[in-house]
Amino acid sequence: MQRKIAIPRELLVDEELMLPGMTSCQGCAAPISMKIALKALGNRTVIVFPACCFCVFQGGYPYTNLKVPVIHCPFETSAVVASGAAAALDVRGEKDTTVMVWAGDGGTFDIGIQALSGAAERNDNILFVCYDNEAYMNTGIQRSSATPMGAWTTTTPAGALKSEPKKDIEQIMLAHHIAYMATASPAYPDDLYRKFQKARQITGMKFIHLLSACPSGWRIDPADSVRIMRMATQSRVFPIYEVTKQTGAVPGEDTWEYDITVIPEKEVPVSDYLKSQGRFRLMTDDMVVKIQKQADRKWRDLIEKRDATRLACV
Amino acid sequence: MKKAIKGNHAVSHGVRLSRVGVISAYPITPQTTIVEELSEMCARREIDARFIKVESEHSAMASLIGAATAGARTFTASSGNGLLLMHEVLHWTAGARLPIVMADVNRAVSGVWNIWAEQTDSLAQRDTGWIQIYCESSQELLDGVLMAYRLAEKVMLPVMIAYDAFFLSHTTEIVDIPDADVVDRFLPPYEPPVQLNFDDPRMFGGFFSTDYFYEHRYTVQQASQEALNVYPEVCREFNAHFGRSYDLVETWLTDDADTILVTAGAITSVSRIVIERLRSQGEKVGLMKLRMFRPIPVECWRKVLGNASRVVVIDRNLSVGVGGVFAAEIRSALYASDRHPPVYSAIAGLGGRDVTPEDVEGILHSMKVDDPSPDIPLYWGLKR
Ligand SMILES: Cc1ncc(C[n+]2csc(CCOP(=O)(O)OP(=O)(O)O)c2C)c(N)n1
Ligand code: SF4
Ligand SMILES: [Mg+2]
Repeated sequence: MQRKIAIPRELLVDEELMLPGMTSCQGCAAPISMKIALKALGNRTVIVFPACCFCVFQGGYPYTNLKVPVIHCPFETSAVVASGAAAALDVRGEKDTTVMVWAGDGGTFDIGIQALSGAAERNDNILFVCYDNEAYMNTGIQRSSATPMGAWTTTTPAGALKSEPKKDIEQIMLAHHIAYMATASPAYPDDLYRKFQKARQITGMKFIHLLSACPSGWRIDPADSVRIMRMATQSRVFPIYEVTKQTGAVPGEDTWEYDITVIPEKEVPVSDYLKSQGRFRLMTDDMVVKIQKQADRKWRDLIEKRDATRLACV
Repeated sequence: MKKAIKGNHAVSHGVRLSRVGVISAYPITPQTTIVEELSEMCARREIDARFIKVESEHSAMASLIGAATAGARTFTASSGNGLLLMHEVLHWTAGARLPIVMADVNRAVSGVWNIWAEQTDSLAQRDTGWIQIYCESSQELLDGVLMAYRLAEKVMLPVMIAYDAFFLSHTTEIVDIPDADVVDRFLPPYEPPVQLNFDDPRMFGGFFSTDYFYEHRYTVQQASQEALNVYPEVCREFNAHFGRSYDLVETWLTDDADTILVTAGAITSVSRIVIERLRSQGEKVGLMKLRMFRPIPVECWRKVLGNASRVVVIDRNLSVGVGGVFAAEIRSALYASDRHPPVYSAIAGLGGRDVTPEDVEGILHSMKVDDPSPDIPLYWGLKR
């Protein structure tokens, strides 16, 4: 079944804020997400980049392919650099702006987590986006704590595949009681667009976790990157949902509303998703079973939370 | 208005009067009272600033990358371990040409804890590109903050004001707190030469290939050298508004001195007593107080020290494997000069150990003309 993509025309920013000419690999998913994100956010957006593939391929002095202000910063600092920029824009009286961090999984799950946790706890008015390609790609495919169990990377080579499950960054962010937390994938561009639109209108800390195929690191054909990201959602390895804070009438009565925003057009077993990529080639059956179980558990959990939210709404 | 306040509070008043837009800091003894006072000032609306209560010093400095790029005047303060934690970001902020001002309360660092005075923390940051100014009194601290913003925003480099833990940070002195309107005339609002502007979007930082990086670094070096030309102008302006001023170095009785003692920070005050006493006994001694240490005012040092027959440097710091940092740098600054007296080095007061007038006199008298060898530092007061 073909899924219909519906983005209301009038919501699209006509101007392209991301121009061609980048040096990313073919089939890299990150630029697709950026292009859609900027259409939703508009030109009063500041982007903060820590070290990552994107910070390198979006420009290289004296060029930039982004038609919005860009601040580059040290690897581990992006969240708080954004907090500082947001504070300065506020004190300058600039209204209707978005300060967005665009960081890799390394800059989010690992080295960047301290600054991110600080900014989230303070509820600073920033949008933190993690494009998760599940390893340190810029430095040559080393494992991160976002690398899934069973994946090959240059630091989890044959004989020492990653044995730990992926860190649950979504729960970590939710534990900070933030205003908005969502997952999204450029394989579902209408959903991705709508989430950036929504995030733009929320004051406080917003976090969007993007799945981001990396043909070089995932060992896939560049032409397959969108198809494989769609399989990630169809297999429920990467469910697409959002959690929105509903401010209570009385203090202490805030609630968090879960919504599964993409119900995939079909279901595929986790093993199909894993088999589609060279990085999982050496995985044992044992690990496949484990990942299937984790995916099932996460899905059940999401359904439960969504239904509980719906009940509460009634 | 004259008021008896502590050194740290003098800094806070300097920050208040500078009308900063964004403050970000993390507490560490003995810096804490600066940020406590600033928090109070923000809460009382005496400062219209956003105060980001970060989770570490690393984030304190990093937040100012965003804030200064987005056009705010910015301030932070730290000390010892906190300053060391910022190290990567110090290189970044200077290289990004952000005119941040920071107070560093000099505190000892090592593999054991010590919270007292020592300058090794800020001296370990000397290659970062930050302008460094060492202060001796609370008045100098308050005035130093105001002058630092003028200088920083002119040359577009960050400035660090460094001063001794407790001896200065927690000592009460009478300070003349200037009126806000006079300060406003001296220090206009911050207008960055390149603005973060949504209608004219720019990229700040980014990847510099080998084709550009070297030239980029050279511009940072040039900006630092330019500070030596700009600083005297800042002094003249400051003097015109407030009737006092502070040079690149401060000298006292050096013109006809055979021996010139060199100090930085609070040891200077103690040394003044000694110089006075020895002068009255007919000894031709003088004093040079180091103020600006990055960039090094080489010509200035050469002019002051060149006529002496020997120079004695007291270092409250230790570069392990070398000895005293100031002594080593003064030696190399004098080397290419036609007049270069021997530079004797004494290490004293590490980890906040008191340096009394008797210590300073002892150091001066232990260093007779060729004894000990100037190459070997004298570890004064070491318990054996
Ligand atoms: C403090 C510091 N440590 C290490 C590096 C080297 N480094 C640059 S990018 C990177 C990995 C980036 O991984 P991720 O955040 O996942 O982004 P990706 O490149 O995968 O898109 C590393 C380790 C650095 N720039 N700074
Ligand atoms: S290595 Fe991966 S993430 Fe980096 S540019 Fe190439 S495809 Fe994109
Ligand atoms: Mg990555």
